[in-house]
Amino acid sequence: MLVGLVLVAVNAVVALAAPLLAPFPPIQTDALAAIEGPSGTHLLGTDQLGRDVLSRVLYGGRYALLVSLTATVLAVGLGVVLGCLAAYRRGWFDEVLSRVLDAVLSVPAILALLVVVTVLGSGAPVIVVAATVVYAPAVIRVVRAAAFGIVGLDYVTAARARGEGFWPTMVREIWPNILDVVMVEFAMRASWIVLLVSSLSFLGFGADPPTPDWGLMVSENRTMMTVVPSATLGPIVALAALIVGLNLAADGIAKARGIDRIGGGPR
Amino acid sequence: MTTTVPVHSTAELVAEVSNLSVVYRSGRSDLPVLRDVSLKIHSGAALAVVGESGCGKSTLAGALVGHLRAGSRVTHGSVHIDGADILTASRPRLLALRRQHVGFVPQNAGHSLTPSMRVGAHVVEVLRTARGMGRAAARAEAVKLFRQVRLPEPEVLVDRYPHQLSGGQQQRVAIAVALAGQPRLLVLDEPTTGLDVVTKAGVLALFDRLRAELGIALVLVSHDLGAVASVCERIAVMYAGRVVESGDTATTFRQPAHPYTRGLLASLPRLRAAGLPVGIAGSVPAEPDIAGCAFAPRCSFAQDSPSDRPATTLDRAEGSCRHGEAPPLVSVPGREGTSACRWIPEVLAAPAWESAVRVRQPRTAQAPLLEVRGLTVDYRRRPDPASGPTVSDVDLVVHRGEVVALVGESGSGKSTIAWTIAGLRRPTSGAVALLDGAEPADLTRVAARRDPSVRRQVQLIFQNAGTALNPRRTAGDAISRPLRLRGLRREAARAARDAALRDVGLETGHADRLPAQLSGGQQQRVGIARAIAAEPTLVLADEVVSALDVSVQASVLGLLDDLRQEHHLGYLFISHDLAVVRGIADRVVVLYLGRVCEEGPVDRVLGPLEATHPYTRLLVASVLATEPGARGPAPAADDEPESAPPAAGCAFQRRCPHRVDPVCDRETPAWQDLGDGHRIRCHVPAAELKADRA
Repeated sequence: MLVGLVLVAVNAVVALAAPLLAPFPPIQTDALAAIEGPSGTHLLGTDQLGRDVLSRVLYGGRYALLVSLTATVLAVGLGVVLGCLAAYRRGWFDEVLSRVLDAVLSVPAILALLVVVTVLGSGAPVIVVAATVVYAPAVIRVVRAAAFGIVGLDYVTAARARGEGFWPTMVREIWPNILDVVMVEFAMRASWIVLLVSSLSFLGFGADPPTPDWGLMVSENRTMMTVVPSATLGPIVALAALIVGLNLAADGIAKARGIDRIGGGPR
Repeated sequence: MTTTVPVHSTAELVAEVSNLSVVYRSGRSDLPVLRDVSLKIHSGAALAVVGESGCGKSTLAGALVGHLRAGSRVTHGSVHIDGADILTASRPRLLALRRQHVGFVPQNAGHSLTPSMRVGAHVVEVLRTARGMGRAAARAEAVKLFRQVRLPEPEVLVDRYPHQLSGGQQQRVAIAVALAGQPRLLVLDEPTTGLDVVTKAGVLALFDRLRAELGIALVLVSHDLGAVASVCERIAVMYAGRVVESGDTATTFRQPAHPYTRGLLASLPRLRAAGLPVGIAGSVPAEPDIAGCAFAPRCSFAQDSPSDRPATTLDRAEGSCRHGEAPPLVSVPGREGTSACRWIPEVLAAPAWESAVRVRQPRTAQAPLLEVRGLTVDYRRRPDPASGPTVSDVDLVVHRGEVVALVGESGSGKSTIAWTIAGLRRPTSGAVALLDGAEPADLTRVAARRDPSVRRQVQLIFQNAGTALNPRRTAGDAISRPLRLRGLRREAARAARDAALRDVGLETGHADRLPAQLSGGQQQRVGIARAIAAEPTLVLADEVVSALDVSVQASVLGLLDDLRQEHHLGYLFISHDLAVVRGIADRVVVLYLGRVCEEGPVDRVLGPLEATHPYTRLLVASVLATEPGARGPAPAADDEPESAPPAAGCAFQRRCPHRVDPVCDRETPAWQDLGDGHRIRCHVPAAELKADRA
């Protein structure tokens, strides 16, 4: 878990502190130094327009992280509330919601997103909302399943008998007991959404040039892969580190919470 | 150190446990689970192993079939089954031993059956591997085994899936599986836990017959003293991993030679007792590595130094109860049997448990608190002519300061009634009113639509304290929650919380503990504190003690009774345990398939010679058959509870020995008033029922 968290943390810190760390502004072009291999000045070389690849890699996480994080928070938040509500209410609400989710889940994520950005444009808010809508159903499913077992337990019954409504019951009785599931779900969804957003950029539907973005950079620089491999590999390694980090963190959190659940009491 | 089982001289030794010590690895240290346990079991004998949870009973049961829980290790001793050392046996040898020499029925048989396999296939599997039978022969044998364990319609039942069977039937299937290998020894871990009284009596009667028919030896591991007493002629009492007393069951129960056995017996509620049992203070030590006798901290006989009492027959110069070595098992003077106590003569001379009963005081009539009239709850989605509603036309009154017990087998609608009163579901029809305020409050509404003061007045206590408390919230949190209904916040809430904790005999420091850091008894106390904190007038107690050890059960019952007196509470006490009901309740309402068939004062309904409903009589007979000192299990008539009520007539008609055709299956019986608030709903005249009983 530690490795994962460190990887994620490094990514986040780099994205935040990019202006301090980057040796050059990410969009500063230098026609004379275009397509150069790694050197003392440009540690990872330069791209077609002579922009410093290292600086662009350092900045490149900002867009992906911001969009992904916002989308993940929204998707998981929506998923937790609706998932708990479905488990709590059951009956027709659960039925209707489940069928709607089935419909949304049957559409491939990347296709849905492509349609959305083609119609509504590729601004960050549009991508955030689209990614939320695409990924929330899976979260709702998982949370609903986790909450379902808890809603039937006596301590939730006790809350009902006290006349408490959905919100206090969810926050006090259900939420602490599904927190482990939600944490894992958060880390998992985050890595998926990062990939999705980068894929969109790669396909030209995400970040607009000249915004430094990993997906976009891979797409821009892949033609000169043989000349300056570092210009393509840099963003790929950065992206891979983030995703591996998120997955490791998810695993670790799951294990830590699981152990916490078993231990701590007399046999 | 050895418990011999002297049966007939022809009896062979089937199993021998010699000086067995087992430790369980917990973190970095080894916790002793079994310490120097020795037992001998002969063919055709039945041995009971009893004690509270955490005493090592289940570990011993596992060791008898060569199984140790992951993390445990044998440090000393051996277990021989038919002369073979089962703990060191090679894998193939171990499997052969388990197939042919020793059968095991695990706790909670329902979970030990694979849900996707037909019950017959479980047995066939064993027959084919252990006895090399062909498919057809194995099936025929399975039907035979099912008949042997008294399963109804064995030819049909073999093709059913486990979920289609009742708990008692699943238990019988598990026994058939264990018997399939024709073992000489059958080990049963808590075989009656979770079964209804009538089913329990039936299963126990089955054990008795299996012994007689097959001549196999039985080891019954149980915390239910009454259950084992009726089947086993030998008993071994375990405490903190040691056998502390062993001997003949009847003698041991009549005159226990160890304070722990005394305590267990005194904790046991009985149908013929005049009140509540007292129980044992404290609980089983989590780390039984204390000096001297492990029971000393809970023992009223324990002395700190040897000079406190004059030495009599035994040499006690070695030291006091709380120091030095644990007292050895020595034979009890004047009889066959052993006890690990330094004060055997004193224990033997102490007055019997009856003297310790907390006698139920007669109570004067008070104002009515809860009134239920014609309550009907129907779960059926569409009309079904073959059955009736789950709960039908129930009338019920609870007065202030009164305990009304609702008794019946599982599926009798007891919990449905409690949930309806608590506002967790709406009744189909009928009136439910709380009569405490100036005008009656309508309780047919769900909880969320009730006035907060009404919600405060009606509180629930749950059966399973483990699931009744949120594992991620502290005990203090749980208790503080209902305080909001009283409008208390911050300091006032904290004071009320601490008061509630003290009320239930916990310390204020317990407020910061999570449920997992509390023992089962403490968890149930927190559950009670949560209910009491709201300052209710009516408490719905749903099987509150049935999941607890007898010793803890006794103290929780005592607590409930104290609280009733202190806070002037009315209880609706739901239980299937008539002995508990007898000790705590003022009035009893007997429920069968959601219909009230008898109600009245506890002494009349559960009394020995009164005219009672045939169903009540079946319940009482089943309980009496499983109390210590009972002659033997009751003849099992029809011990399977029914699941659906009939469409017309008396609900009990299909199981009733007094059934009169064609009246009972057509007309709902009218009430027969027997005076003093005692009435029964039966077509047979009360005089006839009474005469039949005498």
